[in-house]
Amino acid sequence: MHADFDSVRLVEVSRHFGRRRALSKVSLTVGAGDIVGLLGPNGAGKSTLIGLLATLVAPTAGAVRFGDRTAHAMGPALRQAIGLLAHELHLYPELSARQNLTFFAELYGLDPAATVDAALARAGLAERGDDEVNGFSRGMRQRLALERALLHDPRLVLFDEPFTGLDDRAVGLVSDRLRQLASAGAIVVLATHDLDLADGLVTRVALVRDGRLIADEPASSGLRARYRSAMGSA
Amino acid sequence: MFLRTALLVLRKDFAIEMKSLEVLLTTLFFAVSCVLVFAFAFVKDGRAPEDAAAGILWIAIAFAGTLALGRTFERERYSETLRALLLAPAPRAALYVGKLLGMLALLGVAEGLLVPLVAFLFQASAWFSRPLLLLAVLAGGTVGFAAVGTLFAAMLVRARSRDVLLPILLYPITIPVIIGGVRGTAALLASPADEVTATMWIGILFAFDVVFVTLSLWTFEPLMTE
Repeated sequence: MHADFDSVRLVEVSRHFGRRRALSKVSLTVGAGDIVGLLGPNGAGKSTLIGLLATLVAPTAGAVRFGDRTAHAMGPALRQAIGLLAHELHLYPELSARQNLTFFAELYGLDPAATVDAALARAGLAERGDDEVNGFSRGMRQRLALERALLHDPRLVLFDEPFTGLDDRAVGLVSDRLRQLASAGAIVVLATHDLDLADGLVTRVALVRDGRLIADEPASSGLRARYRSAMGSA
Repeated sequence: MFLRTALLVLRKDFAIEMKSLEVLLTTLFFAVSCVLVFAFAFVKDGRAPEDAAAGILWIAIAFAGTLALGRTFERERYSETLRALLLAPAPRAALYVGKLLGMLALLGVAEGLLVPLVAFLFQASAWFSRPLLLLAVLAGGTVGFAAVGTLFAAMLVRARSRDVLLPILLYPITIPVIIGGVRGTAALLASPADEVTATMWIGILFAFDVVFVTLSLWTFEPLMTE
């Protein structure tokens, strides 16, 4: 069964880790074509939200619905529709770029011959495909990790602090790719605390603080001022 | 899909290990060192104490196996690749099976070295007169130990004190397997070899294996979901 859905909906989702409340009754709907910026200070609960959407974290209460079904109802096939790029790059440094992409392509049931070379070219690593990831700069690794995350053409694309440690050129490449994905109908969620990068990129803003969603609204100019006002008044 | 995913994980681990040989060499070095220390302590005037060989073999397997379990999952912690594996559209238990197969292969190589070494140093060549029974005892004990160890090592991959916690959790649960392995291999050293006792312990070991592998497959996904 191939999983497909046009929206992802968090319904009154809470997540506790022991006595620590990471998220509290968060409700949020993200639709196809949206780039939703999950904004908030460190420890606000952004990464937990991304983990919930990625099915790596289970909610303590509430439900995450992909279309009209839960992750449990959709089973492992749901994960064919999810791509995650996190600050940790999910690459094996001992393997070459090509070996990494081949492994993940096969893991997703793709034909490596049809996908890996194209992904290496998009990452600008066609000439370095047989080099170990160990020897790559942070920017090269990030570009490779981006292609790894998008190799299977996911419907729901999750980015958790994807700009950390990137130079301006690499930031531009990642931003362009995000826009392309959204215009192709993907559901994009971007967790970041970098307001300057989010400004002009996201189409909607979800402000999170202390595990609570304090604002969910269309993006407008002056994101920094809106963020300060929301965080100050929360 | 299940078996294909398990074999992919195994092949990936093999490719990484072939580049560095890090886990293989440290495991073998540790296992051989362990046996040599026992040999220096117990072998006097070329004579080994009776019945020591079986215990020493299984201590070396257990200690070296614990070291290997920790190192194998350390690779998945660096760069958080375990999360990437858990995101794959395959039953998550297949990842466990892939890791388990890798651990069994590694312990198989270690045992290929340890058994002749222990047999030579502790005058236990009688083992080789019943090779199939010896293989069955080793397989039964190794599968049980690796099944529980792989599950715990995966669970602890994000724990700060994982190196300390792994043996603390692993050894009490695998004690029946270690005892079965020791009694089974010791029975093969009797003169003549006590095949009935060895076969009984093999049966017990395989029963443990069925229970441990089934429980691990059942609990892997919920345990790995944060």
